[in-house]
Amino acid sequence: MSPALIAVLPFLGALLPGLLVRSGRGVAAVACGVVTLTALVGLGLHAPAVIAGEVVASRLDWMPQIGLAADFRLDGLGLLFGLLILGIGLLVILYARFYLDAKDPAGRFFTFLMLFQGAMLGIVLSDNLLLLLVFWELTSLSSFLLIGYWRHLPEARQGARMALAVTGLGGLALIAGVLMLGHAAGADDLTGLLRARDAVQASPLYLPALVLILIGAFTKSAQFPFHFWLPRAMAAPTPVSAYLHSATMVKAGIFLLARLWPVLSGTPEWFWIVTTTGLVTMCLGAVVALFQDDLKGLLAYSTVSHLGLITMLLGFGTQGAVVAAMFHIVAHATFKASLFMAAGIVDHAAHTRSIRRLSGLGALMPLTFVISAVAALSMAGIPPLGGFISKELMLEQAAATAWLGGPRLLGWVAVAATMFSVAYSLRFVFHVFTGRVASGYPAPARDPGVGLWLAPAVLAMLTALVGAAPDRVASWLVGAAASGVTGTALHPHFSVWHGITPALVMSGIAVAGGVAALLAWPLLDRVRAALPDLDAKRWHDAMVLTATRWSWRVADGLTDGSMARALGAMVAAIVAAGIAAWGSGTAPAFDRPMLPVTGAAAAGWAMLVAATGAMVFFHRSRVLALVLVGIVGLMVSAAFVHLSAPDLALTQISVEVVTVIVLLLALNFLPKVTPVESGAARRALHGVVAVVAGGAFGALAYAIMRTGAAFPTIAGYMVENSYRLGGGDNVVNVILVDFRGYDTFGEITVLGIAGLAIFALARTLVEGPTGDRLRAMFGDRPRVGDRHPMPLVVVTRLLLPLVLVVATYIFLRGHNAPGGGFVAGLLVSIALVMQYMASGFAWAERRQRVPYHGLIGLGVLAAGITGIGAWFAGRPFLTSAYGYFKLPGLEEFELATAMGFDLGVFLCVVGAVMLMLDSLSRIARRAGETVNAGPMDILSGDPDRDPSGPA
Amino acid sequence: MEMLVASAIGIMTAAAVYLILRRRTFAVVLGMTMLSYAINLFLFATGRLVRGAPPVLADGVATYTDPLPQALVLTAIVIGFGMTAVVVVMALGAFVEGGDDRIDLPPGDGDGRANAGDTGGAP
Repeated sequence: MSPALIAVLPFLGALLPGLLVRSGRGVAAVACGVVTLTALVGLGLHAPAVIAGEVVASRLDWMPQIGLAADFRLDGLGLLFGLLILGIGLLVILYARFYLDAKDPAGRFFTFLMLFQGAMLGIVLSDNLLLLLVFWELTSLSSFLLIGYWRHLPEARQGARMALAVTGLGGLALIAGVLMLGHAAGADDLTGLLRARDAVQASPLYLPALVLILIGAFTKSAQFPFHFWLPRAMAAPTPVSAYLHSATMVKAGIFLLARLWPVLSGTPEWFWIVTTTGLVTMCLGAVVALFQDDLKGLLAYSTVSHLGLITMLLGFGTQGAVVAAMFHIVAHATFKASLFMAAGIVDHAAHTRSIRRLSGLGALMPLTFVISAVAALSMAGIPPLGGFISKELMLEQAAATAWLGGPRLLGWVAVAATMFSVAYSLRFVFHVFTGRVASGYPAPARDPGVGLWLAPAVLAMLTALVGAAPDRVASWLVGAAASGVTGTALHPHFSVWHGITPALVMSGIAVAGGVAALLAWPLLDRVRAALPDLDAKRWHDAMVLTATRWSWRVADGLTDGSMARALGAMVAAIVAAGIAAWGSGTAPAFDRPMLPVTGAAAAGWAMLVAATGAMVFFHRSRVLALVLVGIVGLMVSAAFVHLSAPDLALTQISVEVVTVIVLLLALNFLPKVTPVESGAARRALHGVVAVVAGGAFGALAYAIMRTGAAFPTIAGYMVENSYRLGGGDNVVNVILVDFRGYDTFGEITVLGIAGLAIFALARTLVEGPTGDRLRAMFGDRPRVGDRHPMPLVVVTRLLLPLVLVVATYIFLRGHNAPGGGFVAGLLVSIALVMQYMASGFAWAERRQRVPYHGLIGLGVLAAGITGIGAWFAGRPFLTSAYGYFKLPGLEEFELATAMGFDLGVFLCVVGAVMLMLDSLSRIARRAGETVNAGPMDILSGDPDRDPSGPA
Repeated sequence: MEMLVASAIGIMTAAAVYLILRRRTFAVVLGMTMLSYAINLFLFATGRLVRGAPPVLADGVATYTDPLPQALVLTAIVIGFGMTAVVVVMALGAFVEGGDDRIDLPPGDGDGRANAGDTGGAP
């Protein structure tokens, strides 16, 4: 299975829960499990090759212009993280299936979980820095969704927001840093980047890139001073905490440090920043963890501490430290995920996670006790468990590293941190599971079913196995990962017993100190309570509050609910941007000769300007303004005729008619006059904005028309090939139905959607309380007596067949002469609307046999089928063919497949326009328009009683 | 001729912008219609002005005007109508629901400041 497919599988799996959850959350969980297992097997199949030192890669160009490629690679580091993500993912899915309450929406949970899994796999498998950034942001987003999964809880929402703010800001820094790094290395792919160490470290961009990348990694991996979001993320359901906030996502930052280790490490800057941050985080997390009351809070700060430990090891910059770091990633993921799940079990059984209220659970829940004890002792670094080995490795490395001038200083600080780590690990076991059985559990606490305990038990067993036979169980994976990080083949060997080494002595001191600290815990806790409470959350809140206030200030300045202010700001911004763009470039000389002005053109211009001016002056009188708009539209159509655009003129003039009808129908209900509401000063200001915008736009148009095109246009191609490839003489029509058929296909779909949207809007208006209000507003207003004058009725009915013939003609000739589907569709709509106007909505509606929605659907289908037809001839979508045919009694004529497409355009236009007008007429009927009867209609009787009346 | 077209575009845009800045829906709809005219004419003009050379192939004719802007503008005209119709029905709905045809938010409506202090503090 290619690495790309492995990374994509979880995303495909994310679709399944939504589809399957109706069959029960068990089915959804099994589907996710199967997908995860498939990816895990796919990954496992590569393991032998990767361990042998190969790099498995798959490449696919995505946006080569900006260096973005969907390249994936799988090396030792990717294998280690991939196994963690998929292996623990599988266990978490099992655990979550039984952990979630029946009331929790399981489909959403599993979808988010799979999205996260895919994003995380993407990070560890991508070979392209930009692609890695995309997945990086995706993990922040999916983590946000998962933390806020219980959206009814305020702390879940706040925790989710805080995590997103911190990791999202870090992500922004990371983007900048990675772009700088790619620039310094001259490569966007990891494979090339990893070889560019010297170029990167010599570059002046090295330090800024390093700092920005470290901010990204430290925010993600909850390093001091960005650690505060992680404990708040514990509001997430426990499976999420076990998966994202201990085993995988928080290790993404560590992953990045390891991934870029060959390029960035080895400099004093790297050593000082990374080592110091890791050390501070390790100590701080361990101390704070000891005094947490919430089980998950203890585990969260412990995670912070352990992440600091790994960061510190990566900061050392030695190969031995990398091996230790990789080993600790494995060890930490197993014991910490297990402990989180155990904490979830305790929460379920005892209905509390407060350590003060828990005691003596071991007697009630022996199985949970055993699992927790194994995992916690591993966390404390007690032999012969997995955590012991990584702790020994860490102490060995720390003791050998000089820091702040002291050759032994770092080692002793690490021992102190380890001491606290021992203390809180033991506290987790002894304060919760041993001692007197606490009273007051709401329900009798018992061990859960196998579904809940299996996953933590497997992980606890693994941590024990890693400790018992580290060489056999873990060295292959740790070795492959360390080789992947350092780029040199490493084959480390581990064993529990090394003899009496300095590290063992340090370890013994730490354990003894930890036990002492636990025994003195009540005293220590009183000391802590007397100390001031330091929490970075306050800074975070203050920052967020300030940012929010400033955002409000800016937003209020631009829009305070007044549309005019928002639109005015937008227009001003557009004009300013245009002027700035103009000023920054060079325009060619205005050397294109002007066309002479004809008398007709001058007259048309004068009418257009007069109508526009009059419309602004009289716009408060709405019907008059509408008439004036009609004049402007007519003059625009005339301009199109005059300037060699017959198709545009036909379209513009027919659209003009339907637009005016729509506006008239709407005016039926809207007030007929616009009151004066703005003061003179405001109107003057608006006038200035309008004149500036108009002047700028007109000047731009003038500048374009007086200069030649900057590049040779593609018009020549269109004109030359219109007949040869499209079989039509009307180039505009051939472009619409053939060359740019895809665009047209999209456009008729949009038009159809607009029609359906209006239909839906109109429905909400005529139904329910709004419909009643409509009726109350307009039901009893006086009406004209003569609503459907006889002459109009007769003329429109006579006109209908004539217009239909003309429309057919326009449609048929469209490929070779001005016309086509758009114009024909508009003409037919006008003919039909005339019936509505002349004979009444009800009368026309009764005679409408094909529903207009159906026409829209048919139109899109016809266009689509015509396009697909080209596939059967082995051509791409929408390639047209044409031929000449002869039928008896007719001249030879041309048939092009494009006509099928144009038919689709025609049907869609008729359907959409008629659906819009019909929806408005429905509103009118609801507002009290009655079905006309009697002498005003040609029928002698009431058409309501004679639905089969003459067509 | 270029001057006439450019000034017509400018004048229509100015009228459109002024109308869009009014406070009632109908004036804004009229302004948008005018703006569509201006923009369509502008797009059309990017193909430069040519007289007597419609892009319909004929024997013995060698020069044609640029057909591409025309095709773009043709669909833009139709889509513009669709947009106008949607806005009109929305205006109608707002008028029936809200009792007047102002476009501004009533004071206090859509004001999210109630949440401004909710930045993540413990409940």
